[in-house]
Amino acid sequence: MNELAITVIGRDRPGIVADVAEVLSRLGANLTDSTMTRLGGHFAMTLICVGPAAAEVEAALAPLAAEGRLLATVRAVTPDGETASRGEPYVMAVHGADRMGIVAAMTRVLADFGGNVTDLSTRLTGALYVVVAEVDLPPGVAGELAGRLERVAAELGVEVTLRPADPDLL
Amino acid sequence: MSGEVQGPEAGRADGEYAGLGDWTPEALGVAGAVRPVVAAPHPVLSRAGEAVDPTSAETVRLAADLIATMRVSPGCVGLAAPQVGVSARVFAVDVTGHPKAVTVHGTFVLCNATVVEATRWKAGREGCMSVPDLTGDVKRASRLVVEGELPGTGAPVRLVTDGFEARALQHEIDHCAGLLFLDRVAGAHAVYQRKVYL
Repeated sequence: MNELAITVIGRDRPGIVADVAEVLSRLGANLTDSTMTRLGGHFAMTLICVGPAAAEVEAALAPLAAEGRLLATVRAVTPDGETASRGEPYVMAVHGADRMGIVAAMTRVLADFGGNVTDLSTRLTGALYVVVAEVDLPPGVAGELAGRLERVAAELGVEVTLRPADPDLL
Repeated sequence: MSGEVQGPEAGRADGEYAGLGDWTPEALGVAGAVRPVVAAPHPVLSRAGEAVDPTSAETVRLAADLIATMRVSPGCVGLAAPQVGVSARVFAVDVTGHPKAVTVHGTFVLCNATVVEATRWKAGREGCMSVPDLTGDVKRASRLVVEGELPGTGAPVRLVTDGFEARALQHEIDHCAGLLFLDRVAGAHAVYQRKVYL
């Protein structure tokens, strides 16, 4: 069974998900994990699916891309199974005036402490930039990491909080 | 989050606290002026507010202005001093008529308020006049005991509330500590572009 990583992005319009999902379904490609969301005026899909060969999917998506409306990539990936979640789940929230390098600097600190970002989203609204990251941390590093994040945030002129994720929320 | 629950102010016995009694904004004796509301990333919103003297003329005027500004702002159920650019521990709340409210204490202003009991945590969607384009899912206590002081008399008050009023109080007390709902959102997909503006 082939496992494929597919990305599709294009100017948002009604029907993008239907168009792409239809192609995959026709080929017998089983959609497993995916995120599909609007980013600015664009619609972005990142998905893993199981079934046909990469070339087959690429060819089937080509007509959608040929109209110049969507950019699609298809890549075979190694199905090495679910990575067991290790460490303690935390949420890092950052907000402040938009400037270059906020995500780079803050995620570098997380990485330096062995933190693994499992989910991250950013929002820019007016002058306000917001980053919310879910991160798995090695046991016992949260306290020191929080201090380091605060120092880096202060250099960037933004606010940061690091809190344990609440697994039973929502 | 229980670690953030603070104890009652030192030196004050339990019996000294009362409810709001018959307090109304008229008790302030001054007409409030509408002040401009600041939006994030304004630095005043991220600074812990100073404790205030609830009996000072300045605090009384601030209290009246917070009520006046809250009243002219559609959908506004609470407003804290940092939101009008004043780094002080004062806020106004009024959830009267809100469909999600259970216990309702009407319009009131509290100074130097602290949470003394917070239980039954529930997630809910929050917005904020100072973060006008976003909303977020935040877990808050749905049963809450808050202590503070009334502007003007400085009378100590203990409020026991629940549901939406409890959420509003925690949101405003956070403002007074330099925190926004963005600091408490549940996860990477718990911040939303606002769709409805009141």
